[in-house]
Amino acid sequence: MARKLLLQHENVPGINTFEVYRKNGGYASVEKALKSMTPDEVMEEVKKSGLRGRGGAGFPAGMKWSFLDRKSEKPRYLVCNADESEPGTFKDRYLMEKIPHLLIEGMITSSYSLGANTSYIYVRGEYMYVISILEKAIEEAYAAGFLGKNILGTSYSLDLYVQPGGGAYICGEETALLESLEGKRGNPRLKPPFPAIAGLYASPTVVNNVETIAAVVPIVNQGGDEYAKIGVGKSTGTKLISASGHINKPGVYEIELGLPVEEFIYSEEYCGGIWKGRKMKAVVAGGSSVPILPTDLILKTAKGEQRLMTYESLSDGGFVSGTMLGSGGFIVLDETACIVQHLHTFARFYHHESCGQCSPCREGTGWMEKVIHRIEHGHGHQGDIDLLVDVAKKIEGNTICPLGDAAAWPVASAIRHFREEFEYHIKYPEKVKNPKHFELEPFVSEKSLVTA
Amino acid sequence: MTDTKTIEFSATTKALVDRILKRYPEGRQKSALLPLLHLAQAEFGGWLSVPTMDYVASVLNIKPIEVYEVASFYTMYNLNPVGKCLIEVCRTGPCMLRGANDIIEHIENKLGIKEGETTADGKFTLKTVECLGSCGTAPMLQCGADYYENLTNEKVDKLIEKWNSINDHSTYMRSNRVEL
Repeated sequence: MARKLLLQHENVPGINTFEVYRKNGGYASVEKALKSMTPDEVMEEVKKSGLRGRGGAGFPAGMKWSFLDRKSEKPRYLVCNADESEPGTFKDRYLMEKIPHLLIEGMITSSYSLGANTSYIYVRGEYMYVISILEKAIEEAYAAGFLGKNILGTSYSLDLYVQPGGGAYICGEETALLESLEGKRGNPRLKPPFPAIAGLYASPTVVNNVETIAAVVPIVNQGGDEYAKIGVGKSTGTKLISASGHINKPGVYEIELGLPVEEFIYSEEYCGGIWKGRKMKAVVAGGSSVPILPTDLILKTAKGEQRLMTYESLSDGGFVSGTMLGSGGFIVLDETACIVQHLHTFARFYHHESCGQCSPCREGTGWMEKVIHRIEHGHGHQGDIDLLVDVAKKIEGNTICPLGDAAAWPVASAIRHFREEFEYHIKYPEKVKNPKHFELEPFVSEKSLVTA
Repeated sequence: MTDTKTIEFSATTKALVDRILKRYPEGRQKSALLPLLHLAQAEFGGWLSVPTMDYVASVLNIKPIEVYEVASFYTMYNLNPVGKCLIEVCRTGPCMLRGANDIIEHIENKLGIKEGETTADGKFTLKTVECLGSCGTAPMLQCGADYYENLTNEKVDKLIEKWNSINDHSTYMRSNRVEL
C-alpha cells in the first residue's frame, strides 16, 4: 500500500468531528508550529518539502509564500481556493467533506507562518453542503481554542471564515477569486501587482488550493525533508487524483507521485481498469484544460519510457506528445467514446465560463463551441478542422488569465491526436447523427479519408 | 414585474446577516454580497427580483447596479422565477461519459418539459449545468442545495415522486449530500 499523508484516516468513523480528528493526531502541526517554531521556520519546511501548488499550476508553494510583502503595514491574508470547478476534479470536495479539520488545521498553521490574523476559505457556491460541514468544524476549532484570540495561550490570534461563491469557474483563478471575495464580478485582474503585494483589499495575500494547505500539516509534522523523500525529482509528496469516466472504480485516490500511469489505471488499488471489459481510447490526465492523449502516449512517452504520475513525466514531450498533471482530474475514455462529442462538452463549458473580459476568449470560445457542435452533429464543413486550429491559436496566450489557454489546449490536442475522428464526422454526416454513434459502430481508423 | 409585498429578511436571517458582516474589515461590507444574495434567493421565492436586489443593496448600503452586475454574472442566481424544485443536471464531459444525456432525456420525458423550462404547475424547473465537481459519482444532479449522485432512471423516478409533494422553495434552504 502506498503511503497516505492526507487521507490516511479517511475511513475512521467520526473523523469529521474535532474529537476523533484530535485523537488521531489532529492539530499537532498547530501545536508544533505555534509553540516551537518561528513563522519563517514553518515556511522553510514548506520550501524544503518541494510542495507544489495542487490547484493545477504546480508552482512551488514555499516560493509563493516567500513573495508575500512582509514590509507592508497592511494586514496580510491567507485565502484558501476551494472554488474547485475544473471538470474532472472533485478531490477538494472529498477532502473537505471527509476530513474538514485537516483543511482547518492547515489554514491555522499556514496563516501563522504568513502572519495572517484573518483568513478565508472561498468555497464554490454549489458546494453548499460542504460549507455547512466546514462551518461546523470551524465552530469546534474555536471551542477547542485552536481559533480565536491567543491560540493555545500564545500571542497568535486567527479568525477563519468560509465564503460561498456564486457559480463561476473563473473564480478559481486567484485574482478573480479575490474580486469575488470583495463582492464583485469575477473578472481576473491584470498582473502585476501580484496578490503577494496587493491581493485581497489591496493587502498582501497568499491564495492556495485546499490540497496544498492540507499538505502543510504533514510537512510541519514530519519535516519538509521527510516529505520530499516521497516522489520523483521535483514532484515530491503525495497527490490526490480524482478519477472519473469509463473506469471500474471512479473516486478520489491519494497516490505517491511517481506511480506509473498504467498501474494507476489498471490496478485494483486504484481505477480497477476500464469498465465493461472495453479497451481504453484516451485520457485527460489533469482536468479538462490539459491536452488529451491517446492510449499509447498516456502509457508511454514518445521516447518509449514508462509514463509516471509526476509533473515532469506527464509533460514529457511538451504539447506535441505530452500533457500535464494539472489538478489531477483524471478522465478516462473507452473505445466507444466520441472524441468530438467529449470535446464539445468542454468547448461549451469554456464558452459558458469565459468572463467576457478579453475578446479573444469571449468570442473565440463561442466560435469553437459552435464549430465543434456542427461537426459533432453532422453539419461540419471541409475547412472546419483547420478553422478550429486557427481559432485556438488566436486565443492562446492572448488573454489576461489562463482560461483562454485552458479553452484552446483541449481543442488543439484533440485535433492533433484524433484528427481522423473529426474527418470521419465530416465525411459521414449521416453516421454521426445518432449521439451514440461510436457505441453502435466503433470508430475504425481509415487513413486518408478527407484531404483538406 | 412589480413585487408589491414588502421585502425584508426575517429576524433570524437578519441576525445571520449581522454575523456575516462581521467577517470583513471595516468598510469592506460589500464582501457580504454573494452570501446575502444566496440568503435572499432562499428566502424570497428561489429567485432574485429587482425589488429583492434593491433590498440587498439597501442592506449593504451600496448602489443597486453593484448588485445587478454581480447577480447577473454568477450562474447560481436566478434572475427569473423558477419552479419550487430546481433540478440542475450536470452535462460536462465526465458526466456525459457516464450517461448524463440519457438522464436529461428521461427527466424531460417524465416532466413533459425541455431543459430550461418549468412545468405548468410551477413545481419543477429543469436546467442543465456545467461541472458540479461530482465526476466520480456521475451522473448527478443538484436540487436546491442538495447533491444526488450515481443516478439511474429508477432513482430519478423516485426523486421526482418525492419532490412532487413539495409546495414551497424549501429545497433552497437545505444543504445536504443525499445518499441514494
